[in-house]
Amino acid sequence: MARMRTFTAAVAALACTALITAGCSSGGGKGGQAKTGPIKIWYSNNAQEVTWGKATVAAWNKDHPDQQVSGEEIPAGSSSEEVIGAAIAAGNAPCLVFNGSPSAISGWVKQGGLVPLNDFADGASYVEQRSGAAVAAQYKSSDGKYYQLPWKSNPVMIFYNKDMFKAAGLDADHPALSTYSDFLAAAQKVTAAGGAQYAIAPAPTNEFFQNWFDFYPLYIAQSGGKALVDNGKATFDDPDGQAVADFWSQIYAKGLAPKEKYNGDAFADKKAAMAIVGPWAIAVYGTKVNWGAVPVPTATGMPADQIHTFADSKTVSVFSACKNRQTAWDFLKFATNQDNDGALLNTTGQMPLRADLSTVYASYFTAHPAYTQFAQQAARTVDVPNVANGVAMWQDFRNGYLKSVVFGQQPTGQWLKDAAGTVASDIAK
Amino acid sequence: MSRAPRRGPRSKTFVGLYLVAPYAVFLAVVYAVPIIQGVRISLLDYVYAAPGADVPQPFVGLKNYRKALSDPQLRRSFLNILEFLAINVPLTVVLGLTLAAVLAKLSRLKTFFRSAFFVPFVTASIAVIGVWYFLFSQSGFINHALGGWAPNPSWLVNSRLAMVVIALEVTWKQLGFYVLLYLAGVLLIPDSLYEAASIDGAGVVRQFRAITVPAVRNVTILVTTLALIVGANLFTEPYLLTGGGGPNGASMSPALLIYQNGVEQGKPGVGAAIGMLLTLFVLLVAGAGRGVQWLVQRGEERSPGRDREVSPA
Repeated sequence: MARMRTFTAAVAALACTALITAGCSSGGGKGGQAKTGPIKIWYSNNAQEVTWGKATVAAWNKDHPDQQVSGEEIPAGSSSEEVIGAAIAAGNAPCLVFNGSPSAISGWVKQGGLVPLNDFADGASYVEQRSGAAVAAQYKSSDGKYYQLPWKSNPVMIFYNKDMFKAAGLDADHPALSTYSDFLAAAQKVTAAGGAQYAIAPAPTNEFFQNWFDFYPLYIAQSGGKALVDNGKATFDDPDGQAVADFWSQIYAKGLAPKEKYNGDAFADKKAAMAIVGPWAIAVYGTKVNWGAVPVPTATGMPADQIHTFADSKTVSVFSACKNRQTAWDFLKFATNQDNDGALLNTTGQMPLRADLSTVYASYFTAHPAYTQFAQQAARTVDVPNVANGVAMWQDFRNGYLKSVVFGQQPTGQWLKDAAGTVASDIAK
Repeated sequence: MSRAPRRGPRSKTFVGLYLVAPYAVFLAVVYAVPIIQGVRISLLDYVYAAPGADVPQPFVGLKNYRKALSDPQLRRSFLNILEFLAINVPLTVVLGLTLAAVLAKLSRLKTFFRSAFFVPFVTASIAVIGVWYFLFSQSGFINHALGGWAPNPSWLVNSRLAMVVIALEVTWKQLGFYVLLYLAGVLLIPDSLYEAASIDGAGVVRQFRAITVPAVRNVTILVTTLALIVGANLFTEPYLLTGGGGPNGASMSPALLIYQNGVEQGKPGVGAAIGMLLTLFVLLVAGAGRGVQWLVQRGEERSPGRDREVSPA
């Protein structure tokens, strides 16, 4: 009996040890402040960004033999946010990630995974000077600190297929797409009799971020630049939100957009005549599609230079697992200086979130007129609100949108009212 | 009470304990620890904290359970899973056993058919889902074949049909594995029983009902239990085939909700609470299934008919 008890105790002890190991952290990880030395960084797997990342790292390493940077693509996963969240918990996050999503920041802060940039002497001032105080303010966390440097934006616009528009008898160079009625008329024409399969094909799936590419940009435009929430309250349960919801529900009710997920890029595959996307897509569509771009529509039309849109920006953060944080901060400033921001624009076509974008790189925009309107649009963008439980908020918003707008199972007015309540309670938790 | 007579059984016990020890450790590490950890997380306002970070994780009692239960999607997901199991489990048992019985009798192409049924099981889910998407999407093969008879809305966006398509896909994909389990059982049945039944004038169907079905009863219990557990953990198909449990939550599953809450939305406590509820649900459904089987078996034993006379037991 005694031996059996010993055995049971041993198994129990082993189980407990495993439990403690699983449940508790291994300690350490509080990297020293303002230390220099080698660091590791991650960038996205977008081909153009990889090219830029490698070149920037090589340029830095040439001049900093004692502070070598090793750069690699974010490890594969279903989304980079999940991979980064897991890396924070495991304690093996890199020093910098050049692909932060503003919606994920509050969660990473809660995990204790990020270093406030205000810890660096010139942290806050650098962020505000580079992006402009007004833009930078959107990226400030609720404790008033910056945990992210607003790096680049991809202001979304309506891309349209010129060939399809021409075939449908529409003006391919100056299409009338600025009001909802114009847009609907064009959508019906371009899908009529043997035309495009769909007028536009936003993903009708329930990932939390999909509203960033259907409802949200149009709401930002219609409301003159309002975010989804303001001061802890939902903004969208108003006539502007109603107009946008009704616009999209008409698109779905008339069969102008698919209610079923399309496997692939419907615009690149020439199944859809339009798409809502940012300038990163230019490199993808390239010469495959004869495309043009216009600002997102509003109910009764607005001059192009007054239209706001969704920024779809990416940010860079310093992670708390980083030991040589001073090098991380110095490299971040190096990678976002005027030259390297210019190289980013040149290589990827994405817009560095700089206050002086269109003037500093004027010659680039003269040489690449296709990007000019995106640069102009970049001055009027709104991002996802920096709130607690942002992902849960967007998920609830998405569930209701699908039910009401896409599948028409609830009046849009009722959904907006319900969603305003849900959103407020989500972010208050 | 001398010591000598006790030595034998006692040393046998020790040998036995040492022999089961590796498996006991395996069970503890792979199953017990995660379950205990799951219960613990479900009672905390848990955060996947960075090592060394000072992050409070207060005990919140049943708050996570209340939060999970107040989500209308959760109720929907459990009802969806019941619908899924109601199609998947009986279909798996009927098709698995029938195919195994036929395979056992085949004299030619046996290996070919066995492998053919097994191929979908070992093929990556994403590839199988790609094929089913090609078949059942709006502009897919099935709708083309049906022409004017195609359902509207189409299969994957039809709230009545989405779960049915998923249940059929999963049944088809898993079937090869269950056929193998049944085949092992069917091949153990002595041929003499079939010969005797044949002499008594029993046809193929009668032989199947009177000999094969009762003889593999234990395999049926195993297949039912496995299909229930695997089915209740349904994730990949609603995630990929119906765009995240669509349309409008009609194919939402508890496992997908665990992922959304626990991983995407950074609410591991709520995710763990749903996990515990799912475990209870599986235990209840499996227990109910076992109860029904027990009642059927008892009923048969009390009223021995001709079926019983020829069964191998």
